[in-house]
This record gives sequence, structure tokens and C-alpha cells, in this order.
Amino acid sequence: MAKLRQCAIYGKGGIGKSTTTQNLVAALAESGKKVMIVGCDPKADSTRLILHSKAQTTVMHLAAEAGSVEDLELEDVMSVGFGGIKCVESGGPEPGVGCAGRGVITAINFLEEEGAYDEDLDFVFYDVLGDVVCGGFAMPIRENKAQEIYIVCSGEMMAMYAANNIAKGIVKYANSGSVRLAGLICNSRNTDREDELIMALAARLGTTMIHFVPRHNVVQHAEIRRMTCVEYDPTHKQSDEYRSLANKIVNNTNFVIPTPIEMEELEELLMEFGIMEAEDESIVGKTAAELAAEAAAA
Amino acid sequence: MQDVNNIKPCYPLFRQDEYQQSMSAKRELFEENPSADKVAETFAWTTTQEYQDLNFKREALTVNPAKACQPLGSALCGLGFHKSLVYIHGSQGCVAYFRTYFNRHFKEPIAFIADSMTEDAAVFGGQKNVHEGLANATKLYGAEMIAMSTTCIAEVIGDDLNAFIGNAKKEGNLDKDFPVPFAHTPSFVGSHVTGWDNMEEGILRYFTLNEMEGKKVGSNGKINIVPGFETYLGNYRVIKRMLKEMDVDYTFLCDPEEILDTPADGTFRMYAGGTTIPEIKDAPNAITTFMLQPQTLEKTRKFVESTWNQEVPKTTIPMGVSGTDEFLMAVSQATGKAIPESLTKERGRLVDMMTDSHAWLHGKKMAIYGDPDFVYGMVGFMLELGIEPTHILCNNGSKRWAKSIEKLLAESPYGVHGKAYPGADLWHLRSLCFTDKPDFLIGNSYGKFIQRDTLHKGKAFEVPLIRLGFPIFDRHHLHRMTTMGYEGAMYILTTLTNAVLERLDDETRGMATTDYNYDLVR
Repeated sequence: MAKLRQCAIYGKGGIGKSTTTQNLVAALAESGKKVMIVGCDPKADSTRLILHSKAQTTVMHLAAEAGSVEDLELEDVMSVGFGGIKCVESGGPEPGVGCAGRGVITAINFLEEEGAYDEDLDFVFYDVLGDVVCGGFAMPIRENKAQEIYIVCSGEMMAMYAANNIAKGIVKYANSGSVRLAGLICNSRNTDREDELIMALAARLGTTMIHFVPRHNVVQHAEIRRMTCVEYDPTHKQSDEYRSLANKIVNNTNFVIPTPIEMEELEELLMEFGIMEAEDESIVGKTAAELAAEAAAA
Repeated sequence: MQDVNNIKPCYPLFRQDEYQQSMSAKRELFEENPSADKVAETFAWTTTQEYQDLNFKREALTVNPAKACQPLGSALCGLGFHKSLVYIHGSQGCVAYFRTYFNRHFKEPIAFIADSMTEDAAVFGGQKNVHEGLANATKLYGAEMIAMSTTCIAEVIGDDLNAFIGNAKKEGNLDKDFPVPFAHTPSFVGSHVTGWDNMEEGILRYFTLNEMEGKKVGSNGKINIVPGFETYLGNYRVIKRMLKEMDVDYTFLCDPEEILDTPADGTFRMYAGGTTIPEIKDAPNAITTFMLQPQTLEKTRKFVESTWNQEVPKTTIPMGVSGTDEFLMAVSQATGKAIPESLTKERGRLVDMMTDSHAWLHGKKMAIYGDPDFVYGMVGFMLELGIEPTHILCNNGSKRWAKSIEKLLAESPYGVHGKAYPGADLWHLRSLCFTDKPDFLIGNSYGKFIQRDTLHKGKAFEVPLIRLGFPIFDRHHLHRMTTMGYEGAMYILTTLTNAVLERLDDETRGMATTDYNYDLVR
């Protein structure tokens, strides 16, 4: 048996991490790989397309009901969906209260103690909330957990900011541990020269764009049916894109300590691709009246 | 007022009229105290079955939990290694509490260091504290290793010790080769026994995980002993003595016996005794590893079995006759060394003592609480003595613990009245002591409040406390005693028997009323 590979998927909120992860995992499962998804987001939407459910009952929800996480059994929290994919959601509090990060720590500790990482598994994917906002959301990349990080991004400014920030987070752990950046996944938003831009960003971060996932409505059609595209329409060319992504991840050996860039460098890159205008320092802090007066004088 | 020629402590000083008047005036003028009748009525209600039923329906409140938190356990574990400094990553107050807790029990100075996380560390993460703390601690205290664990604050914000320590070394805050084994010990999970187990596993993992090459089970001819959260210093000594008598070579994997019992000879010892690093590194070469408190050493056992490939013998805590027999026979089986005449004779002496005292202990009803393995061992020995265990409480006991107790009870005719209460606290036990009164209560110092409350109802309702367990703050030097082995059983037997006889003397001291049974010979 090959060694278990643990991968974490990070990226800006709303970028399509959960959709991409589930389609990718479905493609992996289709090719015979044994996979587990661990959702690390209080929204608990990391497994719905695999399980065809609204939201899986989460570890923290069950722990709160039972009184303590020690009262739970593995089978209480784990569901099996499409292609034998094992699904767990860490869960967490309602927005505005409690500590979602601790929920992630508790859930992952629980899975380890209960032996969820059994020897048959080929892959574990952690689908992690938006940015690495606190130590809890870095739990999946602690030593002996995920060693490969994939960042989902698109050719939009904020997505790239986020990708760079996540790379900074990885460096903190990579210097003393074995976690590595394994690539950027571009989830297309149909912006201009998106592929070139992400490739350029990847190069600056010291990694590669592992795959460019084009945009297609079929993904949304599948999602309405709470299915992955790979399951909903396996013959569709979009499904082949996810298969291709899955295949690239299976064969990926390019794991690096990222070299995050400074804000100026990132802005230069964005300007180079025409996503950001060069700032005109002469207008900063001037009111409309002042600018009008200047224009009149000129 | 104090009289300078006759200084009195607060008791009996506050019994003097002036203080009594002052206190009652305070109550009347400022405290809005309910009437004495109302207080008495409410007290009486808390002693009823009705109140007990409500009490056991309690969901969101624990009163006197009879357990402490994980880092207290990890700290005790860290103390048991040679020149090992206990370092707790977290807030100052937690660590002050751990120090005083042990001070009060062992009557010894206890050196633990904290990196004093404050508001900014809670926001930005505690890495800076770890870096500065390690830099300072390694320069100041002459330690040869640091055993690091955490308090709640570090755990809630998700501080990663492995990364922080690695980065500290990378940035030159301490020598690259300086050993800093660690364990995450969130206080809101498990109890002090869990923390001990986590720290032990962390230490064994740190020194052996990547050094398994060339290690061979049995090659050093020794056995390893993992004591678990053990506060009776005599227990370290008695296990060592028995193994020496058996001519079995051993390594204690955590041995705080010396540091918790340093002599007053003019020299302060920051460190004393303890398991050395070479001994830990050699431990995978042992024949096997014995868990003295197997119910609470799950994580360590798993590590020993999976990484060291040793088969851990399925023993129970070596308390009482059969518990000790089982341990000695398992040691004998693992090492091929016979149980010597001296131990057989010691066992015989214990059995002789048991028969001498059994008339006094037979059928006595005793409630007990404490840590899971200790309570298990005590219940086993009580059944051997013919004592009937009644309320058997373990706040940090699991359902599995309760099943193990039920199995013990079912094996003895003295077990019919016993009931295991996992997860229950001392306020539950207080109810039980009122509604179904045992003759005695066995436990740590906190049980004295149950004795006071039951006495308040009337002398006939009083449940006297017998102090066995941890912590014992209000009696001196009991931590030096022994509860394991035949020797430990003798101490327990002596303690229980004499408590019964003290009580009987107490009740028969009435001149010309009960003193027909105030006997010189018992």
C-alpha cells in the first residue's frame, strides 16, 4: 500500500474550494483511490455534494449534544458517500460566538484518537475555511497532518492576495516542519489572461499552477442536485477537467517551501496584467474641489 | 484582641466574645442573612431523597469535581526526569495553581516555569513567549531537558508547540540539540491523569521515535515501569524494592521520588534523581513495559506497543493481595525470574494481618472516590477485606471504568451494595452519604466537608473521612506512605482498621453510658 497522503485545500472564501475539492475527490474515488474529506469550516458544506445531503451532522454538533467529544464514536460522525468517500465535518459555532478554530482542533484530534486515518486510505483532504485566521485553522498543517497544501485561486485581485497570505502562513510551519506548498489550482472566473497570471504568481511563490479548471455551468447544474459534476455527468468535458486535476495531484512531486512576495511585488504583477491601475500619488488626499481648481489652473 | 503574652491562632481566637459579636453584627447589618430557621430548613432539605433526585438531574454545573486539569498531570510527569525543567506554555495563574497544589500536598518547593501569556499573546499567538521563555529558561536554570505542556489559553488559540519549538531552535533561542519534549494538554479535556499520559507519551516519543534503528525488544534484559499519575512516594519505593528482591533490572519511566522528598541539609536542590535521557533511549530495548495504572495510560500504551513493538502485559494496578500477585506473576513471567521467598513471606504477613483485623472490617460499609485506577485497586482490596464498598465515585472515570468496577463487584458477595458513579462529583456524593449512609468515606482532603455536613445533621449521621488519595492537604506526610504492593496493602489495612477503632472509641467514651464497651483491647 502506498503511504497515506494528506492534503489541505486553502483559498479565499467563496472561491470554490469546497466544489473543487469535492469534484477532485470524486474523480480520485472514481479512479479507485480511497479518500476521506475532513471539512474544517463551521458552515459544514464540504461534503454535501458527495453525500447528496444539505449538511452533514458535524463532530462539534454531536459533541455538544452528547455533552463531550469523548462520548462520541467514529461511526457517529463519519458518513460514506459517492465512490466510498468517507466524509467528516468538524463543524463549529454559529457566527459571532465561540471559537471555530478550537472546533477544528477538537475534531481532528478526535479523528486521530478514534483511528479514522486507517491504513486503507490513500488520501485525506482537509477543506479549510477561507483564510488561516487563527491557530485552529492551521491545525490541518501541523506536523504529521497535511503535508501538501493546494491553494485554490482565480485571476481576481483579492483571490491572489489571499493566496499570497496563505503562502506566508505555510512558511511559518514549513521552516520547522514538513508541510509544503504543492501548487495553485486556478478555478477560472473568466478574467483576461487568467492562466498566464496565475502561472506568473505561482512562479513567484516558487510553485506551479497545477491545473486550470475552466468555468462551466454544468458544475452549478450538478450542485443544484447536490452532486459533483463527476457523478452528475461523467461524460461531460468538465468532468475530464477534474479527472485531469486529480491525475496531476496523484503524480505531483513538486512540494516546496513557498516564497511569498511583498505587497508591492504583487501589485506590480497585477498592474502588469492590467488588473490594477498604477496609483497616481499626486491625487492622494485631494478633494474634488481642489482637483477641479488644479484642472482649471492647468 | 490578641494578648501579646498569649498569641492565639484564628481558632480559638475568633471564638472570643468580641469577634463573635462583630461577626453576628456583620451578618445582621450587612449580609441580609435569611433567618436561622430558614437556613436550617434548607439544609435539612438538601439531605433528602427528593433533593438527591434533583441533584442527580444536574446538567450544567459541577460542584467539587474531585479531579484537576491536564497540565497538573503533565507537570508531575515532567518532574520525574533527570534535570528536567517543567515548562508550561500559557498563563501565569494556572501555573501558580499547579505549584501551590503540589506544595500543599508534598510540603516541598516545586519549580515550574510559565511563559506568562497575556492579552497580546492571545491575539498574536504565543510563539514569542515560547522563544523568549526557552531562551531564558535554558540560560538560567541549568536544566538538561525541558518538558513543555500547555494551558487552556494556548490551546484555544491553537498554538502549535512542535512548530514553535522548532522555530525557536532555528532562530538560535536555544541550542539545536537541547531536548524539549512536549504535549498538548488542554485543561478542558480529560483530567490530570490524561495530562500525565499525554506528557509521558510526548517524552517517550521525543527521545525514541526516530531512534528505533538497532533497538531490539528484550536486548537490555530490563523491564520498564510507567507509574502514571502517582503521588504516594512509597509506591515508587515499594515497586523498586520488590523488583530488587526479584533480581529484576528495571527502568522507571518517570521517577519523581527524589525531587518530591529532598532532605533539609542546607542544600537546595532544583533537581534530584529522575529518569535519565540515556535510560529513556534504552527503554525500547526492554523486555516489556508495565503500566502501573493501566486504565489511564492508554496513549502511552499505544505508543509502546506500536513504536517499541513491546507487548504490554494486561495487569491491573498492583494494589491489594490479588492485584499485587498478578503484577508479580506477570513480572516473573516476562523476566523468567522467580518470586523470592521474601515476597512470599511478606504476602503471608499481609494475609495474617487481614485475618487479625477482619472481625472489625467485615461488613463495614465504605464509600470511596478518587482517580480511576486507585479506586479500582481500593475496591478490589476492600472486597478482599470483607468491606462492602457502597458509593464508588470517579469524576474522571469513563463508562469503561464503571464496567470494570461492576465486574469486580459481581465477583464478590461483598459487592452487592456497591454502585459505580462515573463522572459524578462530591456534591452528588454528599447526597448519597445522607440518603444511604456508609460507615466511612475514603478519599482526599475534600471529603472533610462531607464529614462536616453530615455531622451537622447529627452525630448519628456523621460519615467520618479516611484520608487516602490525592490531594491530602490537611494531614502531614501521608504522601510518603505506600498503597501498592503487599506493603501498601498493610498501610491501607492499618489505616482502615484504626479508623474503625477510633470511631468505636469515640462512640463508647460515654462515662457510665457506652463505656461498657470502651475496651482496652480491640
